[in-house]
Amino acid sequence: MIAEAGHYALVLALALALIQSTVPMLGARWRDPALMNVARSTALAQLLFVAASFAALVTLHVTSDFSVVNVFENSHSLKPMIYKITGVWGNHEGSMLLWVSILALFGGLVAAFGNNLPLSLRAHVLAVQGWIASAFYLFILITSNPFLRIADPPLEGRDLNPVLQDIGLAVHPPMLYLGYVGFSISFSFAVAALIEGRIDAAWARWVRPWTLLAWIFLTLGIAMGSYWAYYELGWGGWWFWDPVENASLMPWLAGTALLHSAVVMEKRNALKVWTILLAILTFSLSLLGTFLVRSGVLTSVHAFATDPTRGVFILLILSVFIGGSLTLFAWRASALKQGGLFAPISREGALVLNNLLLTTACATVFIGTLYPLALEVLTGDKISVGAPFFNLTFAPLFLPLMVAVPFGPLLAWKRGDLLGAAQRLVAAGVAALIAIAVLWAWTRGGSAFAPLAIGLAVFVIAGALTDLAERTGLFRAPLPIALRRARGLPRSSWGTVFAHAGVGVALIGIVCETTWNSEYIGSMKPNDVAVIAGYALKLDGATQRQGPNYREMVAQFTVSLDGRRLGVMTPSKRNFTTRGSTTTEAALMTRGASQLYISLGDTAADGAIAVRIYHKPMVLLIWFGPVLMAFGGMLSLSDRRLRVGAPKPARAPPGLQPAE
Amino acid sequence: MKQILACLFAVAVMAGCSAAYAVQPDEIMADPAKEARARDLSRELRCMVCQNQSIDDSEAPLARDLRLLVRERIAAGDSDAQVLDFLVARYGEFVLLKPRFEPHTLLLWLLPPLALAGGGLALWSQGRRRARSAAAEDQPAFELTAEETARLERLGAAESAPQQPV
Repeated sequence: MIAEAGHYALVLALALALIQSTVPMLGARWRDPALMNVARSTALAQLLFVAASFAALVTLHVTSDFSVVNVFENSHSLKPMIYKITGVWGNHEGSMLLWVSILALFGGLVAAFGNNLPLSLRAHVLAVQGWIASAFYLFILITSNPFLRIADPPLEGRDLNPVLQDIGLAVHPPMLYLGYVGFSISFSFAVAALIEGRIDAAWARWVRPWTLLAWIFLTLGIAMGSYWAYYELGWGGWWFWDPVENASLMPWLAGTALLHSAVVMEKRNALKVWTILLAILTFSLSLLGTFLVRSGVLTSVHAFATDPTRGVFILLILSVFIGGSLTLFAWRASALKQGGLFAPISREGALVLNNLLLTTACATVFIGTLYPLALEVLTGDKISVGAPFFNLTFAPLFLPLMVAVPFGPLLAWKRGDLLGAAQRLVAAGVAALIAIAVLWAWTRGGSAFAPLAIGLAVFVIAGALTDLAERTGLFRAPLPIALRRARGLPRSSWGTVFAHAGVGVALIGIVCETTWNSEYIGSMKPNDVAVIAGYALKLDGATQRQGPNYREMVAQFTVSLDGRRLGVMTPSKRNFTTRGSTTTEAALMTRGASQLYISLGDTAADGAIAVRIYHKPMVLLIWFGPVLMAFGGMLSLSDRRLRVGAPKPARAPPGLQPAE
Repeated sequence: MKQILACLFAVAVMAGCSAAYAVQPDEIMADPAKEARARDLSRELRCMVCQNQSIDDSEAPLARDLRLLVRERIAAGDSDAQVLDFLVARYGEFVLLKPRFEPHTLLLWLLPPLALAGGGLALWSQGRRRARSAAAEDQPAFELTAEETARLERLGAAESAPQQPV
């Protein structure tokens, strides 16, 4: 009953999406406000029905209704409650339902908070959202229905893949989808602007908060996924240049470029055509990511060929939306006049450089990810493109970008003074040189790359602080005045400082982890001691334990530093009976920003346990950086300018508004 | 990260690859310099039954065989290039995570720098063209309706601080 209700709710959502994608368009054409307002009510109703459908699937999973195929294949009655819920999107059908739910959520948000948008723009934006939604509802209903029943219900389910039975599954996919799907709003705004044939600075101001929101979620989603892989996969890697990861990195790179070019458009009414193109490309890359992950094409071209229904359907959606929007772009973009001239050395120029490097980096990831597929389809040659290729091609693009980051905010709009900016960055440069010298002396002739890269990171962080000092007049004006100015600074300026500093922080973490990571691999028996980076880890012993749906072997290590006991670490190895598979649960001990990491291997006949112990210096900075970036994004999002412009009308009486 | 999710679609293929526990203690070579070379080479070689994992990361039996083979060749006195040649001769180019620069990978290696150069060139030529045409036309790029002008003014007035945020 619940399954059928959920199924029916989804069909109704499709019907609403079809209305939403046509009626408001006609309304805009005939200038009929009543028809245009249909978009608002259908978007909200659609959200209601998709939410009902999603709730139905969650209920089926929570109550372990194994008469539903999706629940049978991905759940187990003994599975802990949290994984029964997260297991809803730990599979193809459920994750597509999450995808459309988030799409409907964003549509609903635009409908609810888009009161300050011109009526026809809102109608067009929601209509485009309706097209996307219709396509994906059809995809789910035709090829990936999560509500199908089994004629002869089994007693027990097949359980969720053990690797996914982790709190990471609760956070990572929803975050990532909020980012992926959030970019659909920028896309819809871009297509709406092309349909209306006009676009101005106000458009950029309306579209920016949505882009920023999606970008924040995508940043956090990627970082969260990286940390999850780090502790779950058991060998301490945090980025693999896997095609599935690249699929999320590409929209992030394009989205970051979009965020910056939208600033130019909002402030200077320039880069309009480019911003529209980026908005289209960003969401196209999100769609491409969905195709890569969902079609099975990555596993092998042949797997795709044997069961192509899903893949072909998404490929069709992909072609229609990307092809259609790019055709519309080619047709209408020339009608958009360029405005706002600027010299190459200017804030705009710096942001254009940012866009050039970010989009080239994005193109590099795109080529590296798709080239092997294309080559195999065209010639039958099989090649691999992995981490060594990306490290070699990606780094040379990112390093100049990092050098340029501190200069951007210090340059004036229209015509900047590079020498002046350089002079103001002298302090940051000196800080970077000191960092390089100290590290060089400390590592005594090790690799030259690491101190230089960390120096660059210090330059980025110090540059962000310089920007702050310049804006508040710190060191020049008396402190109280500087503090007052700091309070008066727009939140988006604070956001820039945090986001840019976050980039530097992440770089420090990446360089330290890859350069000074130490590793111990060996077989240990009880009371054996492993020494790594000054820490002594003694294996106390191993015990067997029964979990809710697994058995695990837990080893206990006592960690001490210079004879002082710091604590115990308990890595384990879990055996999931239903699927007959094992997972390693690494043990982590955090010391400052560094971590000790233990994962267990097999036990030999004589009782010796194979162990892998890592000391990862400054590793937490890798994820702390993105968190800072997202925090900067949130500050920027809370900027009064964006709140006034969109998405929320400032209706509160003046006395209730926060002082800024 | 999403490699974890990838397990969902490739469970069969990924069997033995997901919960990685790579280099085993019994594989390690006595000579640390040779072992370091073996590790570096391992990172450039693909575990061919896994999804995009190097043999250094993978715990699949095939990866272990390849790791032992690499160490065997190193112990026999092969140079790094010879080890790679040996493996390519046996398993094809698919085994290399960093493809060689050859006719069929030409585009792979050249497209990123070409994209950068092309983008830079396009920007430069457009900048020149616009600088030239700018002198000719200096008028607003669009016309606002009266209502929109009023709205823009309201927005402008609501904006508190005149600084230039990014």
